[in-house]
Amino acid sequence: MDFAILTFLAQDGLTTGAIYALIALAIVLVFAVTRVILVCQGDFVAFSALTLATLQAGEVPGTLWLLLGGAALVCAKDIVTAVRRRHAARIPLHLLTHLSLPLLLWALLGNLDLANLHGALKVLLTLAIVIPLGPIFYRLVYQPAAQASVLLLLILSVALHSMLVGLGLWLFGAEGFRTLPFTDSSFMLGDAMIGGQNLLVIGIALLLIVALYLFFGHSLYGKALRATAFNRNGAQLVGIPTELAGSSAFFLAALIGACSGILIGPITTLYYDSGFLISLKGFVAAIIGGLASYPLAAGGAFLVGLIESFASFWASAYKEVIVFTLVIPVLLWLSLTTHHVEEEH
Amino acid sequence: MSANNPLLNVERLSVCYGKVEAVRQVSLAIGEGQIVSVIGPNGAGKTTLLGALMGLLPAEGEVAYLGKTLQRHHGVAQRVGQGLNLVPESRELFSPMSVEDNLLLGAFSRHRQGHRDHGLTLAEVFDLFPRLKERRRQAAGTMSGGERQMLAMGRALMAKPKLLMLDEPSLGLAPRVIGEIFRIITELRATGVSILLVEQNARAALKCSDYGYVLENGEVALQGPAAELADDPKVIETYLGRKSAAPAPAAAALAG
Repeated sequence: MDFAILTFLAQDGLTTGAIYALIALAIVLVFAVTRVILVCQGDFVAFSALTLATLQAGEVPGTLWLLLGGAALVCAKDIVTAVRRRHAARIPLHLLTHLSLPLLLWALLGNLDLANLHGALKVLLTLAIVIPLGPIFYRLVYQPAAQASVLLLLILSVALHSMLVGLGLWLFGAEGFRTLPFTDSSFMLGDAMIGGQNLLVIGIALLLIVALYLFFGHSLYGKALRATAFNRNGAQLVGIPTELAGSSAFFLAALIGACSGILIGPITTLYYDSGFLISLKGFVAAIIGGLASYPLAAGGAFLVGLIESFASFWASAYKEVIVFTLVIPVLLWLSLTTHHVEEEH
Repeated sequence: MSANNPLLNVERLSVCYGKVEAVRQVSLAIGEGQIVSVIGPNGAGKTTLLGALMGLLPAEGEVAYLGKTLQRHHGVAQRVGQGLNLVPESRELFSPMSVEDNLLLGAFSRHRQGHRDHGLTLAEVFDLFPRLKERRRQAAGTMSGGERQMLAMGRALMAKPKLLMLDEPSLGLAPRVIGEIFRIITELRATGVSILLVEQNARAALKCSDYGYVLENGEVALQGPAAELADDPKVIETYLGRKSAAPAPAAAALAG
């Protein structure tokens, strides 16, 4: 292997590693706050890339219908609760908060000339469509079972993921898509060629990580989310509603997923079912951090990215096997160093 | 007595764990600016009673707070937002976070309501508990039992409660620290906070209270002004005669 190949593989590994780091952070965050293992984190990534690709093709993306349907269901749920508690006066408020954004997007997508829209606006539209799906999934799937065991929540996650794969096939078709690159530029650093696209992905991913760090370390809402992760009872007693914490965690996860999809879209061809492998790799990274440590999970993600990149050069048929085998020594190490804590009931 | 216009009025409250009724038909009232204590043996339902008032447990019966009936679906967060706060026996602190972060999170509910005067409240809490100010950067989990109790109370005070419910604030603390906790409870009343105090340390609790209830087997066995309760022969025999918690057989005899 010569130097050129080495730098190419390292760049590639760090770029996908940055994406995996984002996924791993989202998985750790959601697990800490809600005890949900978010299998569908990768589906946010795939759906966001496919949504952007559809918009770039000048068509209305199928995720819009998913958003409209989901929002309508959440709204119906809240209206039923309001009627039961004789709070009929709140019904207009529920209609407004749940349906205004989806309907606005529907109107926009129906009337805009999508083919000639500026690229940045398409990215914004993608974020606006995909991010609300996070809280919607939480409200519909997880919140009714918020007190259930980790196992039951995992089963719900697998069910949600299978449903999303089915819906993805229906909404986007079986074809793979790749979004337009942000930049074609590249430059030489010494003897190594650095791709502008790679640099952009790593840069934006790192920016997002720093933004998350600032949010969790310095804002009261971020601290409240962390507090919920540390002690759910204590969080309730200071007035942090479990539902708000759950919805916020899912909002952040969907935001991270949607951004990852936009970043990864130009690099990899994504299909309706690509989400699962992305989730799994983020999950391997999250496991390296014991599903608890953010820095270790992020570091693990870069390791996963690098191993995957070098494995695909030396033994491309085995690259997934090599990455997933990494879990075994990590689990052994974790089981030897940590004390088992009984799940609280 | 101000109980004619009580801050909290509880009528025939019952809480069930499955088929077991842990709290049965309990009625009690707390007037504004009062300290009311609930004493009783282990397992009498004191903690369950507080959990139900806080909205942590589903309950039957009527609870009126600030003159309005609290509904079943009024969750914990909603009650906290109305100035009803609980310091549980287990403290429930955010152990890995700093003392200051724990306190600031106590103001979460007010922050959501749009208040931004947490700096002022924090200074007041630090005045009340100078020890917390010294340790503001330290992780909550590394503090002693007494300091953790102070932090739990300080965190609840950051929400500017109208009614503060304290569950066994003296449990497991050194006598000197217990004295300080009760001194602070009395000081709090002077600032207009009403307090519902659940204690096994009946002597100290009745000493600082205005009114008292004796809870046994989930029911109110005795009640009256705290000074009268402290002179009641039955209470003296069961709860004040010894320093330790009441022996169970005597409690059963009283209830029957």
